[in-house]
Amino acid sequence: MNIFASVGRLFLLFLAEVGRLTRFTFSSITSIVRPPIYWRLLVQQIMRIGWFSLPVVGLTAFFTGGALALQIFIGGNRYGAEAIVPQIVVLGITRELGPVIAGLMVAGRVAAAIAAEIGTMRVTEQIDALTTLSTNPVKYLVVPRLIAAVITMPILVGIADAIGVFGGYIVATKSLNFNGAVYLKNTADFVTSHDVMSGLVKAAVFGFIIALMGCYSGFNSKGGAQGVGTATTNAVVSSSILILAANYLLTSILFTS
Amino acid sequence: MDTKIELQGVKKRFGQKVVLDGVDLKIGKGESVVIIGGSGSGKSVTIKSVLGIVRPDAGKIYVDGKETTHLHGRAREDVLKKFGMLFQGAALFDSLPVWENVAFGLIQGRGMGRRKAKDIAIAKLAKVGLGSEVANLSPSELSGGMQKRVGLARAIAADPEILFFDEPTTGLDPIMADVINDLIVSTVKDLGVTAVSITHDMVSARKISDRIAMLYKGKIIWQGPTKDIDASGNEYVDQFIHGRADGPIKMEVRG
Repeated sequence: MNIFASVGRLFLLFLAEVGRLTRFTFSSITSIVRPPIYWRLLVQQIMRIGWFSLPVVGLTAFFTGGALALQIFIGGNRYGAEAIVPQIVVLGITRELGPVIAGLMVAGRVAAAIAAEIGTMRVTEQIDALTTLSTNPVKYLVVPRLIAAVITMPILVGIADAIGVFGGYIVATKSLNFNGAVYLKNTADFVTSHDVMSGLVKAAVFGFIIALMGCYSGFNSKGGAQGVGTATTNAVVSSSILILAANYLLTSILFTS
Repeated sequence: MDTKIELQGVKKRFGQKVVLDGVDLKIGKGESVVIIGGSGSGKSVTIKSVLGIVRPDAGKIYVDGKETTHLHGRAREDVLKKFGMLFQGAALFDSLPVWENVAFGLIQGRGMGRRKAKDIAIAKLAKVGLGSEVANLSPSELSGGMQKRVGLARAIAADPEILFFDEPTTGLDPIMADVINDLIVSTVKDLGVTAVSITHDMVSARKISDRIAMLYKGKIIWQGPTKDIDASGNEYVDQFIHGRADGPIKMEVRG
């Protein structure tokens, strides 16, 4: 009998968590449209979330594009289809790997940083202090991060797309004996604006998930240093899983019609 | 005397744990009331309920005769403009320099220009005995006592009508604690504000209060003028103010 009780209890805890997250999401979204907007903080967050993520996202995109080109070449070789490398690389990068890899890297970097910062503010009563100074903590802390992440993620992914294709190009031309001009022409002829746009839409959604889960974990952290540590871990794990789940959902919506 | 803040039967529980079990308390205008009580007796939750940071499960809270128990959003922000609060760990924003901490309520809460707010911040820092040279420092560069002073300057920056002090002397050496006590007394007198402090430091409580209320197991079990505290006739109060391990109050080791 005990097993049913504990399964039931876990399920109730899960439902309560989903409820809290839904309420947090709702109050964050309604706070976006209500003035004031803290421009100074927004610019600061765009720098932190977007600009400082560029090296990490660029490097991962480069190596992913390179590895992708190599795999497709080797795999395609079995069917004598190795010439298809540029087409598959650009499709794979723009539709799936660009947004997902950038999303996961930014989740590790930014969601963790947001959760640690807001979590520390929670346990040192700085969030309560904001309230007593007639400042809405959600508006002051969450809104700038959400907007910054939703704006900068598509830009990051756009750059990641270009660098990823470039990584594939380098590998293909330097070690697989592709002709550079032909490679680029095949890439450009094959890719459609729908491929790129769908990736950017995904990126915006992933940005929202990253900032939301970072803020949510931080706001709900309890206790001292350990609580902040747990919040940071939760932020990275939950945003990564949600990104992958949302990616599947978005792929099925964007590409099956 | 007009009543500034009134709590009627305020109750709050977290999960199974009952923290406030019907708190009734009236605080008069211009009065300095100290709430004493052991750790976990619900002191912090009491003042956080008045501020709306904690939502009570039952009971009513009035500020200036108007009920504020369930206010939120703009209406809550407007009520909070009457309040200033000094937090236990000062709760300074470590991403901002000292002067922006002090000026925060003026800039963000009231939309004042940064230059004007900085002048006011420096004037408020002077009031708590800090020179303008600390204005551009980061809070982490200050000692605990100085952080408390900055916290006090931030609390009084927007000329509040009510000041809350959460354990103002905890964690300070006795001399710095007395400096903070003096500062509290002089700010409360100078500004003519209503003050509510929570503490378990009896030296501080006697010095800064007109009236003392004792909270035990989520209820106010005694209240009266500070001069009467030694003759309260209440064995719980006697045990607490003399700091005796033996008596009717049993320390709960598990919270």
